[in-house]
Amino acid sequence: MDILQIVFTESFWAASLRIATPLIFGVLGALICERAGVLNLGIEGIFVAGAMSGWMAVWLGAGLWGGVLVAALAGGFFGFIHALLTVPLGLSQHVSGLGVTLFATSVSYFTYRTALPNVSSPPRIEPFRPLDVPILSDLPFVGPVLFQQTALTWLALLMVAVVWYVLNRTPLGVAIKAVGDNPSSVDAQGLSVYGLRIGAIVAGSALMALGGAFLTMSAFDAFFFGMINGRGWICIALVIFASWRPGKALIGALLFGAFDALQVRLQTEVGALVPSQVFLMMPYILSIIALVIAARGADYPRALLQPWFKGQR
Amino acid sequence: MASDKVLSLNGLSKRFGSVVANNDVSLTLNKGEVLALLGENGAGKTTLMNMLFGHYLPDEGSVEVADESGALRALPLGHPQAAIAAGVGMVHQHFTLAENLNALDNIVMGSENLRALHRNRRAAAEKIQTIMTRSGLSAPLDVPVGRLSVGERQRVEILKALYRDVRILVLDEPTAVLTPQEADTLFENIGAMARDGLSVIFISHKLREVLAFSHRIAVLRHGANVGEIATADADERTIARMMVGADTERTERSAMEPGAPVLSLRDIRVPGRSERDTLEIPELDVCGNEIVGIAGVSGNGQAALAGVISGTVQPQSGTIEIGGKTLHDFSPTAMIGAGVGRIPEDRHHDGIVGSMSVAENMVIERLDDEEVQKNGLLRREAIVRNAERLTEAYDVRGPGVQAPARLLSGGNIQKLILARVFEQMPSLILANQPTRGLDMGAAAEVARRLLEARARGAGIILISEDLDEVLGLADRILVIHDGKLGTAPSRDRESIGLMMAGEMA
Repeated sequence: MDILQIVFTESFWAASLRIATPLIFGVLGALICERAGVLNLGIEGIFVAGAMSGWMAVWLGAGLWGGVLVAALAGGFFGFIHALLTVPLGLSQHVSGLGVTLFATSVSYFTYRTALPNVSSPPRIEPFRPLDVPILSDLPFVGPVLFQQTALTWLALLMVAVVWYVLNRTPLGVAIKAVGDNPSSVDAQGLSVYGLRIGAIVAGSALMALGGAFLTMSAFDAFFFGMINGRGWICIALVIFASWRPGKALIGALLFGAFDALQVRLQTEVGALVPSQVFLMMPYILSIIALVIAARGADYPRALLQPWFKGQR
Repeated sequence: MASDKVLSLNGLSKRFGSVVANNDVSLTLNKGEVLALLGENGAGKTTLMNMLFGHYLPDEGSVEVADESGALRALPLGHPQAAIAAGVGMVHQHFTLAENLNALDNIVMGSENLRALHRNRRAAAEKIQTIMTRSGLSAPLDVPVGRLSVGERQRVEILKALYRDVRILVLDEPTAVLTPQEADTLFENIGAMARDGLSVIFISHKLREVLAFSHRIAVLRHGANVGEIATADADERTIARMMVGADTERTERSAMEPGAPVLSLRDIRVPGRSERDTLEIPELDVCGNEIVGIAGVSGNGQAALAGVISGTVQPQSGTIEIGGKTLHDFSPTAMIGAGVGRIPEDRHHDGIVGSMSVAENMVIERLDDEEVQKNGLLRREAIVRNAERLTEAYDVRGPGVQAPARLLSGGNIQKLILARVFEQMPSLILANQPTRGLDMGAAAEVARRLLEARARGAGIILISEDLDEVLGLADRILVIHDGKLGTAPSRDRESIGLMMAGEMA
């Protein structure tokens, strides 16, 4: 079986979309923060926090959507910390973001270990089931790829449309894009620079946390240490690939998902000849190549990384 | 002109640390009046207007604005939103536009409910069209502002204020970046709007436009009121005396015989994005004891020309000789080494490193010098001593030589650059827009230093959009248009203006 054959199977595309789902949440979240002018390197830790808190809420009996809500709130909380440090206090966005990642990761692991001190294999929950839409899921090809995904994948796709609509069709979106380009333009029109930026970071972080929650509540059914495994960082790169546009963010996430799905399948095909690490590297290397091509002349939000203080220009 | 009061600033004071920016300043404005606010840089004009608009909170004093019935009401201080609601609009000296958004979004932003789920762009566009027709100001609405010309951006700024139904419009140096024609059109539009009842305060350094377009002039000096005068009773001399507190002397340019060429450009070509901004210079010589003025509307190749002489742009072809020696290396270091002194166009960006101290900025172009470093280590004491001497000699005022250079005002940054450049006794000086945005005192100082350098034997290239400046200083005038240089046939404004527009070769 050659690559072409793999690419034309239903399971390959279904897997691509499944792998892409947490990335879609993450890229959208990072995109909102950066459109408002703030880099959020807390993303990796926020993924962990979302994965852990969402899963634990369900394990404690909150119900699946309750778990999703808890994950979003946890993400919003860590985003708020990042927002306070970087917006009104104007501290380095890199330092604060990495701090939030370390903090959120450690707090999540600590909570997990405190709640479950003596388990060797992590307890399982009943995760989201594939929706299995009647009729539609029986369609050839499209059916298994699109209509046998879980509700969270659908939520991710819906969020692409929502974020696009908010950024391009609402007054709020106009203000968010403006505050990331020239905060003084927002201030001069009587809007609050701090309010917009803090709000964008909190909302973006909540979305990121849903990416983590997808992993423990849909892709798997339990929480493991190290399960995020750099997905947050991938999102930071994908935002640049996406030129800060939601539609392109979806394409970027799908591309990465496809590379990853392809990698797994290639391994089983020619794994005997080539060391498995080469395949594991593949999605990252292909992403780097895609980034290098796409990021040329990337149009960064002009005020990205620049703190703004009232009364200074 | 009606005479009912629409604005009253009462005893406003503002201190920044130990610096008093405004001290007990009072000002009134009548309906339909155009008031010019004048003063040297650092006199506190912008601070005063920022307090009116709520960007700064005054330490003392109050602001009253007339409501729609004409009764004066106290304005809550420190809230731009309150100022906007009271009908005050401000056009800032530095544009406050989001360049990634189009003009419509920039204009409408802030007047829409942020919780609204959709926008009525058509209604907004219609309202803006009405305002454009009424005010005579127009700009494309659906192109990202980043792609508009400076003049168009300026109009978008004003439309932004008008969209909010302002009754009082504040313009902070509105013409600093406009061509003379654009400036005149702008003021004609403002005059028409004032006849319709708009009250206007504008800050300017250009006495010509102040005299031509204002009804009344208020002058600030060192943060305090020093007087008001009806424009009809004023002339350049009286205003200048009010601003500076003494008579200013005009620098006279004495006739001089040009010496040997210090700069020779031959067949220089710098490709641009289009044919229009491709620089092509078959031959250009600048001699000692000579100021060559290069007039032209910005964007006609001045940046490429300045880049070549600064060593930041590598020409595609051609030769450059400085002091008789052909240069093979087009780096800034090579240019400085060859004796080129550079006064860059964007002094904040290219002239200084804002986060470094005044003292460090003074020596930044000669870090290899024994006076500045020894065995690779900076001689901090010598650097500070050098800076103290130069700030004294060039009258650079600010919070001290150890303070970050970005804290200096524009005029003082320019004096810092002058000190750095002129102390090296360069044989060739590139002065790119050296007085843009400077007040009369600082501009006169720049002119005096340039003439001084000329007298000592230096050759000077003066690139300027200000035709009066070129006419006043240059021994020889060239006009740059579409990347090509032409010699002005005579020194009259008319023919040079036509050449600038490309209508005469």
